[in-house]
Amino acid sequence: MSVGIVGYGACIPRNRIKVEEIAKVWGADAPSYKKGLELREKSVPSPDQDVITLSVEAARNALLRAEHVDPTEIGALYVGSESHPYAVKPTGTVVAEAIGAVPMCHVADLEFACKAGSEGMFIASQLVLAGSMKYAMAIGADTSQGAPGDALEYSASAGAAAYIFGKDKLLAELLDSCSYMTDTPDFWRREYQHYPLHAGRFTGEPAYFEHTLGASKAMFKKAGAKPADFDFAVFHQPNGKFPMRAGKMLGFKREQILTGWLVPQLGNTYSGASPLGLTAVLDVAKPGNKVFMCSYGSGSGSDAFIWKVGDRILEVQDKAVKTRQMLDENLRYLEYGEYAKFRRKILKAE
Amino acid sequence: MRDVAIIGVGLTKFGELWECTLRDLFVEAALKAIDDAGVDHIDSMYVGCMSGGLFVGQEHIGALMADYLGQGPIPASRVESACASGGLALKSGCIEVASGLSDIVLVGGVEKMTDVGGDECTYALATASDQEWEAFNGITFPGLYAMMAVAHMHKYGTTARQLASVPVKNHDNGSKNPTAQFPQKITIEDVLESVMVADPLHILDCSPVTDGAAAAIVVPADLAKKLSKKMPVKIIGMGHATDTIALHSRPDITTLGAVVKAAANAYKMSGKGPKDIQLCEVHDCFSIAEIMVTEDLGFFEKGKGGPAVEKGETRIGGKIAINTSGGLKSKGHPVGASGVAQAVEIVTQLRGEAGDRQVKGARIGMTENMGGTGASAIVHIMEVM
Amino acid sequence: MSSPRNWREYPRRYRYEAAVCKKCGKWFFPQRLVCDSCGHREFEPKRMKRTGTIVTHTIIRTPAKPFADQAPYAMAIVQMDDGPRLTTQVVDLNEGQLKIGQKVRLEFRKVNEEGKSGIIHYGYKAVPA
Repeated sequence: MSVGIVGYGACIPRNRIKVEEIAKVWGADAPSYKKGLELREKSVPSPDQDVITLSVEAARNALLRAEHVDPTEIGALYVGSESHPYAVKPTGTVVAEAIGAVPMCHVADLEFACKAGSEGMFIASQLVLAGSMKYAMAIGADTSQGAPGDALEYSASAGAAAYIFGKDKLLAELLDSCSYMTDTPDFWRREYQHYPLHAGRFTGEPAYFEHTLGASKAMFKKAGAKPADFDFAVFHQPNGKFPMRAGKMLGFKREQILTGWLVPQLGNTYSGASPLGLTAVLDVAKPGNKVFMCSYGSGSGSDAFIWKVGDRILEVQDKAVKTRQMLDENLRYLEYGEYAKFRRKILKAE
Repeated sequence: MRDVAIIGVGLTKFGELWECTLRDLFVEAALKAIDDAGVDHIDSMYVGCMSGGLFVGQEHIGALMADYLGQGPIPASRVESACASGGLALKSGCIEVASGLSDIVLVGGVEKMTDVGGDECTYALATASDQEWEAFNGITFPGLYAMMAVAHMHKYGTTARQLASVPVKNHDNGSKNPTAQFPQKITIEDVLESVMVADPLHILDCSPVTDGAAAAIVVPADLAKKLSKKMPVKIIGMGHATDTIALHSRPDITTLGAVVKAAANAYKMSGKGPKDIQLCEVHDCFSIAEIMVTEDLGFFEKGKGGPAVEKGETRIGGKIAINTSGGLKSKGHPVGASGVAQAVEIVTQLRGEAGDRQVKGARIGMTENMGGTGASAIVHIMEVM
Repeated sequence: MSSPRNWREYPRRYRYEAAVCKKCGKWFFPQRLVCDSCGHREFEPKRMKRTGTIVTHTIIRTPAKPFADQAPYAMAIVQMDDGPRLTTQVVDLNEGQLKIGQKVRLEFRKVNEEGKSGIIHYGYKAVPA
């Protein structure tokens, strides 16, 4: 019995802001940020885009790649994010309504910092595998804010990726998965606070690396796999350096990681980060390719997945907009003032 | 049905009248009309008011005005057809007299728009459009007419200068009108250099926000000379038609179907045609509106309204004098009042009392009042008795 | 706009559901109870294709209050490929794309919201196709 992806889709806003533009406002040294973070620009949502709108468009793209799927047969829909538009009232219900999955659908919003998207994928795939429903959808989406002047402002960006899981007509089979977590307070946001806080260098070794490596090694052991088995590897990408270093530490080569390494021109899309890395890989993958994916969410935890690309992938890659197209084409660069207006960082009269 | 005539008219000053309330304005205009007519009582009244509710939180306006006018327990009705509320009040009053139900009917219109801020005013006016499918998505009134202008310019080659010729002419006329809100003259350059509101309409292409009221007394034509010493003006034709509420539902965005239909009905009833009309007050809420209306009333071929105004064919002394009062643009546009104010101007002209803006030998005049983007249009044709 | 008023329009605003007259085949968006072409009173629900063409347009520079922060923004009347026309904002425009004849596609976007604590209104906007 197998389970896997029957449709996938992405949505990335067209606006960008460069590291230099942010650095000049705060008197920071742009070249050292660019070098240290290995990123040069990030995506910015338009004022009329939020996690709900990005999720709907990503979901629509996923359905374009799964034309045989009747939305009313999607039995569960999860949206993972740390920037849901409402604190109470699910993002998922709006998405379900927009794609027509209502009313027989289990919907929940998920939160686990940057891995809320991959944990949706974990839950959705398991529900289908268990035979509880024909299809299930998982979306990772964020329009996260970085506190003005903080290091995170250079990377906190916006994007969404959606996956439909089913049992046949698979684009990519889920061969195995596992989850690895501890209580590690590296990055958090208290209720009613506008911006998150983080514990500086503590976010590295005891947090990102401990869990990414922990989950990945546990996955290799469980599945009897090793890095050389894979054509592609996708890691959580809060900056350009971490995923490359984690990959190297595990024994992957840079070439395996490059296709799914979007952060230098996209920024960190938080719950969308590794899910979007995967859509970029699926856009160019060939039947038979094996893909390793490991997310990371602060707090902390990692979900690891092993995918095997199926024959059907070639039929669907062109059926919806590709990740690379949204990364490279039709871009609009913002100055800091317009960026601050878009991100509502400007105090207005009540 | 009896013939009807207007024997008295009255108008307040139009402008930002901070000291006046909604009821003050209406009563002032009504009393002027009553005095002008010389009648000692009225049987019934109609009040045109687009949105007492959104502008000043007041509904039940018929009863309110009857009370403040001190005319006793007469029947009083507030009628609404967005910016054609005034025209509708006039039509309704005429029907009541024509039917024989009443002999002396006061028709009036009023709007008090300056108690709210610009944002709220824009919102209130947008209620004349399709709330769910036009306004909800962000369109404004200038935006809707701007889209008509873009389509008209694309189809007929109408130019920005031709659009600008409309407010220039209307301000020229308005400079001779003592009750006008903006009597100053302007140039084409003034219009084209003024700030853009919704491309291609500049602020000077758009009628202003105004407080004001207008009123008239309507009686049976055969009693007119007995009731009043003033020269009566007979209503020889009336037309009223509707069109789709949403601009996008119309097959041809460059034609105001309701205006065409209402005019056809008025021409038929009166036995007159466009060539017989010497002057007309049209609803120039935006410059493009005047151009389209002059075409749809039959004064110019479709698409030729722009060149006509540019060449001066619609000024006082031209082929047909359009908006001798200064139009909504210069005179002001208290939305509920405008339809009646148009009638006041035509009556004044037909009586020969228009002073510097008099159209020589004026015998037959017309008013065209419309609501929203032309979803309703009301046309009256009047002739000296 | 109130919650019920927003909620009842989901089929149209979220899924572009139109109504097709069973007698003459005219498409209506939004739906009607009576066909204004043939007077028939029965309709079939159908979802519109997302694509259309700009018929006319403008740029709003003095918005109504709910849109105060968005000015200037483009709006257009779009002729949908399936027949109905609608009035909508046009976003993600590049130079020269706001013109009669431009092909567009409807996307799910936020239309406005009731302040900081009220509900958010989602709907459609056109993007160049």
